[in-house]
Amino acid sequence: MEFIRNFPFFSILLSLGSGVLTSIMNKKTARLWNTFILVAITVMSAVLFVYMLGVGESYTFMMGHFPAPWGNEIRAGVLEAGMALFFCLIMLFSLKGGQQHIDAEIEETKVNLYYIMINLLLSSLLALIYTNDLFTAYVFVEINTISACGLIMITQSGRTIEAATRYMIMASLGSGLLLLGLCILYDITGHLLMSNIKESIQYIYAQGTYNIPLIASIGMVVVGLAIKSALYPFHTWLPDAYGYSTVSSAAILSSLVSKGYIFLLIKIFFRVVGFEIIVDSKIVNILFVFGLFGMIMGSVNAILEHDIRRMIAFSSVAQIGYIYMGLGLGTTMGIVASIFHILSHASTKSLLFIAGAGLTDASGGSKKFEDLTGSGFRHPAAGIAFTIGACSMVGIPLFSGFISKMQFAEAAVQNSPAKMLPTMICLAISTVLNAIYFMKTVIRLYTPASKKVRKTQAGEAAVVSIREQPLYNLALLCMVILNVILGCCSQPIVDWITSGLSMFG
Amino acid sequence: MSRLLSEEEYRKTKAFKIRRWYRGEKDPYIGKVEMKPQKPFAEDIKTQKQRIHDEALLRRSIYDIEHNRKLQIFSKFYKVVSVVFVFTLIAILLYVVSYLPPVGNAANPDNNEVASKYIEDAMKDTGAVNIVTGMILDYRAFDTLGESNVLFIATCTVLILLRVDNRSKKKEEEENDRLYEPKNDIILQKVAFFLVPMIIIFGIYVILNGHLSPGGGFSGGAIIGSGLILYVNAFGFKKIERFFTQKTYKWICFVALLFYCLAKTYSFYCGAHHLETGIPLGTPGDILSSGLILPLNICVGMVVACTMYAFYAMFRKGGF
Repeated sequence: MEFIRNFPFFSILLSLGSGVLTSIMNKKTARLWNTFILVAITVMSAVLFVYMLGVGESYTFMMGHFPAPWGNEIRAGVLEAGMALFFCLIMLFSLKGGQQHIDAEIEETKVNLYYIMINLLLSSLLALIYTNDLFTAYVFVEINTISACGLIMITQSGRTIEAATRYMIMASLGSGLLLLGLCILYDITGHLLMSNIKESIQYIYAQGTYNIPLIASIGMVVVGLAIKSALYPFHTWLPDAYGYSTVSSAAILSSLVSKGYIFLLIKIFFRVVGFEIIVDSKIVNILFVFGLFGMIMGSVNAILEHDIRRMIAFSSVAQIGYIYMGLGLGTTMGIVASIFHILSHASTKSLLFIAGAGLTDASGGSKKFEDLTGSGFRHPAAGIAFTIGACSMVGIPLFSGFISKMQFAEAAVQNSPAKMLPTMICLAISTVLNAIYFMKTVIRLYTPASKKVRKTQAGEAAVVSIREQPLYNLALLCMVILNVILGCCSQPIVDWITSGLSMFG
Repeated sequence: MSRLLSEEEYRKTKAFKIRRWYRGEKDPYIGKVEMKPQKPFAEDIKTQKQRIHDEALLRRSIYDIEHNRKLQIFSKFYKVVSVVFVFTLIAILLYVVSYLPPVGNAANPDNNEVASKYIEDAMKDTGAVNIVTGMILDYRAFDTLGESNVLFIATCTVLILLRVDNRSKKKEEEENDRLYEPKNDIILQKVAFFLVPMIIIFGIYVILNGHLSPGGGFSGGAIIGSGLILYVNAFGFKKIERFFTQKTYKWICFVALLFYCLAKTYSFYCGAHHLETGIPLGTPGDILSSGLILPLNICVGMVVACTMYAFYAMFRKGGF
């Protein structure tokens, strides 16, 4: 076996172990170590990704001395490696962009706890990406949930604790449903390994013996993961959690945590149940309808918001709706579009959160729209970055959002006649609504502040030149570049997603 | 009264003390038990005004069901929907259960080659007589590694919420520690004096025999943790801090989990590359057997015991 094939295993164990290591470190060492880990795992994932593109087929890695149905196993293909690379990059940029806020908002003695959370969150995301075993997936879903709670409430105010409580309640419901679904699946198939479950499910489905438990368990797994990734009617925990936590947490939660669950769901679709059975069971139609609702209602709520962070959070609800709409189309092209949108939304939303934090800093720390007037002039770097992020979300060519919307439209037109019309109508409405609230914000950022507004923020609203905060600006620049790469060189990316999906089957 | 002893000597005997206690002339608690009387509740006018204002605001904007139409509709709607939701879920689950394979039937799908290999080969493969331990710490050790990290991260989140780092606040918390309970309770101390060593020894026994008999790191650790909690209740934090402080906790957790991670990294790496680990399995049934399972059980046990105790100490006074 070539040495590169160890990399998924190394990256999971490295991040897991460094969570433990961080517990005895002080603030500065913890931060340095965390950066080192993130860079190391990014490099490993990049090498693995290039290697997998060359090899062209997936492989399994035995975790221990016993082969698969008895022992644990992880599996890596081109899609997994690419996702791991992308998640690490986004996490690195979000942490570096929000570092000032982490230093300012978190108690001195608790900073290392924050980095423990980050390290374990990373390990759980990697494990969700690479796992080939449903129970391993469940264990790491638990780690993911608890560490996400920790990320929300690390800045201890009433708001964040309330948000964390809400998140905990909803996420526990989701985990519970997921566990119930997995138990039923185990009962009717007798396996926990993904490929074995798929074999026996196909057999059972052809026989028709356990169809009702099968459908019920698929439903529970899907609903459980949908709750955890904040699909529209289950989104109530989201605005508070993203709106009041420290900015790095918000960026990581919105762009990585919910996406990890969606990736797991896609994995379950293809590797556990089999996509034909999923489509046949009509569960995708439910996801489709809720996705459409989410697209519209998320945007409407975002328009009604007066707080920039909460507005971006509600925009997340709409974007999650897009992703589920793509899953709901029930075609491989729809899934490809969804995965592309996972990437594009992750890069754009973290950019928006980080840039928004810069703008609010330049407005005396207020997140209210009135106080943000003219902040694009006071903090030019953040203003430009926010404008780019907004353009991408609305779907203006050159940026990633345009490509993902086009992918969704193509997928709807080509393969699913019945779902074409609602998809197109909702896409159009949602785009218009997106444009309303993002352009409203951008226009406000570049409206010179009136005297009255300036008076209320007297002294605090200092002008931040581009030279200051080099780390913050670098992080913004990296995210903008990532966004433009996704928008301009989309064809190779779509190709690797497609080839990765074909390796899933 | 005694005929053989003088009055003074008689007063020193145990019989006299028991008699005095029996008659109710002396309460052994008085003068020996430390009790902190509760301070009368007092708040200054400013905070009182603020509180009344906040409560009124809360009632007006959040809980005022009589005047808030939206909330009125929502609360009725909510009650109905939650009941309907719960009953629907119960109905669906019951319906599904009725279609599941019957319990204990030999032809069930889960009675397959996976389970049979565990039962037949576990002792040979892992060296553990207790198959369950063999499964969780050797066959599926990756899951258990994740599971012990779940415990670790749960304590970390509790640390975020409850740990008091501010020094003056910490002192205040320590002073208030025994507001509602007496300190140095003799009965509790005497019982704990006998029970704690036995509980802890039993916990150690359960951990060390994890690969031979039912039990293992998780259950043994929970037993030791409860022993520690009993000890701290009887003798107070000052006594336990002679051997168990926040620092000890940190280092025990760190060493145990790091050893777990490193040992499993080594064993996974060897396993994936089909190399020999060089760790002897020993004779099944011996205490020193089954390779890595015994040290891992000890690690898990230490982490669980510390976690239990840490939770208790955090909730009681925000640190230990």
